[in-house]
Amino acid sequence: MVDWDWIFGHLDDIGEALSEHLLLTGLAVGVGFALSFAAALVIHRRRALYGPITAFAGIVYTIPSLALLAFLVPLTGLSVLTAEIALVSYTLLILIRNIMAGLDSVPPEMREAADGMGYTQWQRLWRVEFPLALPVIVAGLRVATVTTIGLVTVTALIGQGGLGGLMIRGFIRQFDTLIYVGAVLSVLLAIIADLALLLVQRAITPWTRMRTG
Amino acid sequence: MTSGNRDGGGTGRGKGGATVEFRNVTKRYDQGQKGPGAVNDLSFTVPAGKVCVLVGPSGCGKTTSLKMVNRLIEPTSGQILIDGQDVTGEDVTTLRRRIGYVIQQIGLFPHLTIGQNIGVVPRLLGWTQARQLERSEELLATVGLEPARYRDRYPTQLSGGERQRVGVARALAADPPVMLMDEPFGAVDPIVRDRLQNEFLRLQQELAKTILFVTHDIDEAIKMGDLVAVMEVGGVLAQFATPAEILANPASDFVARFVGADRGLKRLSLSRVRDLELRPAVTARSGDPAAEARQRILADSFPYLLLVDPEDRPIGWLDQADVPGEGRLEEARAIPMSPLVEPETTLKDALSMLLDASVQAAIVVDKGRRVLGLVTVDMISAQLHPEARPEVLAPDAAAEAAA
Ligand SMILES: Nc1ncnc2c1ncn2[C@@H]1O[C@H](COP(=O)(O)OP(=O)(O)O)[C@@H](O)[C@H]1O
Ligand SMILES: [Mg+2]
Repeated sequence: MVDWDWIFGHLDDIGEALSEHLLLTGLAVGVGFALSFAAALVIHRRRALYGPITAFAGIVYTIPSLALLAFLVPLTGLSVLTAEIALVSYTLLILIRNIMAGLDSVPPEMREAADGMGYTQWQRLWRVEFPLALPVIVAGLRVATVTTIGLVTVTALIGQGGLGGLMIRGFIRQFDTLIYVGAVLSVLLAIIADLALLLVQRAITPWTRMRTG
Repeated sequence: MTSGNRDGGGTGRGKGGATVEFRNVTKRYDQGQKGPGAVNDLSFTVPAGKVCVLVGPSGCGKTTSLKMVNRLIEPTSGQILIDGQDVTGEDVTTLRRRIGYVIQQIGLFPHLTIGQNIGVVPRLLGWTQARQLERSEELLATVGLEPARYRDRYPTQLSGGERQRVGVARALAADPPVMLMDEPFGAVDPIVRDRLQNEFLRLQQELAKTILFVTHDIDEAIKMGDLVAVMEVGGVLAQFATPAEILANPASDFVARFVGADRGLKRLSLSRVRDLELRPAVTARSGDPAAEARQRILADSFPYLLLVDPEDRPIGWLDQADVPGEGRLEEARAIPMSPLVEPETTLKDALSMLLDASVQAAIVVDKGRRVLGLVTVDMISAQLHPEARPEVLAPDAAAEAAA
């Protein structure tokens, strides 16, 4: 069934696919987070934009991934750009919603205390609201990351490699080992990335673990 | 009220407060609305270094009045002056950084340590890290929390009473001349509240800040205020006077009702344990020779000997009949202590503690819990007789209290 000899003989190929996968995911989540954060800041200032912005992100989110790639290829070709446009688009809804939910979860008395002590609007956002929103924001990042890791296997269809690339080669050559390696590694990658982000969240929000002793 | 009402005391001193004047201040949340707003034509002046308590039923506009001082809420009309300067004339963040603020829910930042919470305003003011740290430690000690133990904890790791103290310390951090406190001791149980109030009064004697203090509890108002502003629903000032004046001459039926039928008894809140001549306690340490102690307690009209530890802190009582004629005094035989009161405790609170515990005497202790003397039910009830304190207690009040 699984050809272990082939696996051990091609560890460098597998490693390369894994690192491509990670890179595509990291880039998509990073850019998605930057865009979402900017959108959240705009919404934070002008609440009326929350509806329209999330409606747009929501429509993008509902387009099936294959269909979205099909739309984009005529415009941007079989390129990393095409893959990333699609991947980033899918992260937006999750991330914007979570950043806003995080900011909205800050108790009103925290804002009042901050204002009353003389924080400026920006100081309040960076030093009070954003840190307090971190647990919810990181929860959004975890969902977005796991989702993106899954979607990157699909972007292999436009030739961007990654673990999906291994699987496609397996299908074409009817070589099951490749399919298993791709599938198992992408699941493992998702689990490890999720755990890693959870640990990061714990490390940067030490106060959430403190309870009256 | 006139402008330039600069009460000489305090303003010039490094530690003192500033005069705060409300001049015809009105706030309507609903602009179009015709009737009375949340706050209505409020005028009064708090001299520098005094505590003014805003008291009244829920919804009468206390919080709104307070928040107009640091401009969390802007008045619809009228002015608020600090040391003669209109608060609207200053940049709003600058203004807020020099007014101490304790909000109703304390509002410590959960993601900052206690030390960082206290350092919030100093940091905003650009103090150096070292100076912030030094100030945090100094203030923790001031509010009775050991700096080394508390500095690096998070707010969730503190009890309600400890958080209240940190809230006060945070408001004091930049040594503001004016402090706004919205029900600062509202969220703790009565015994802790009494202690916090006493500590706060002691602190205020040293610091002499100008404090606007909001509460819905008339007893707290009488205890804490140099001046009391009683407010009615609709944001109308019903009376602005000293606590003694409000108890003796309520300006209206509303004030009389709000103060309560037990005005005579409440007047006990105007006097504190330190105003009484304490009864000396006959004390001995455990391990002392019993014979000598027995002689002393038999000579005293109070039939209990108070056992204390080497630092003079109370341990328990020994009935004079149980003090042996020879040997040494034993801690094991001591019966549990009476309530402990402090010099700042009001006579009303002391009386209610005595009645709750069904004992004749409370032990008066200082900050370090060392015994200062005793206060008895008889000593307090003597204060209710008009001839005892004619200047404070009118005959009708004594009759009311007796009824
Ligand atoms: N932000 C607000 N918007 C509209 N009405 C308010 C607002 N804040 C307070 N009020 C109203 O103003 C009145 C006074 O409120 P408040 O100052 O909070 O009273 P208090 O602190 O004495 O309980 C109440 O009737 C309250 O409902
Ligand atoms: Mg209130």
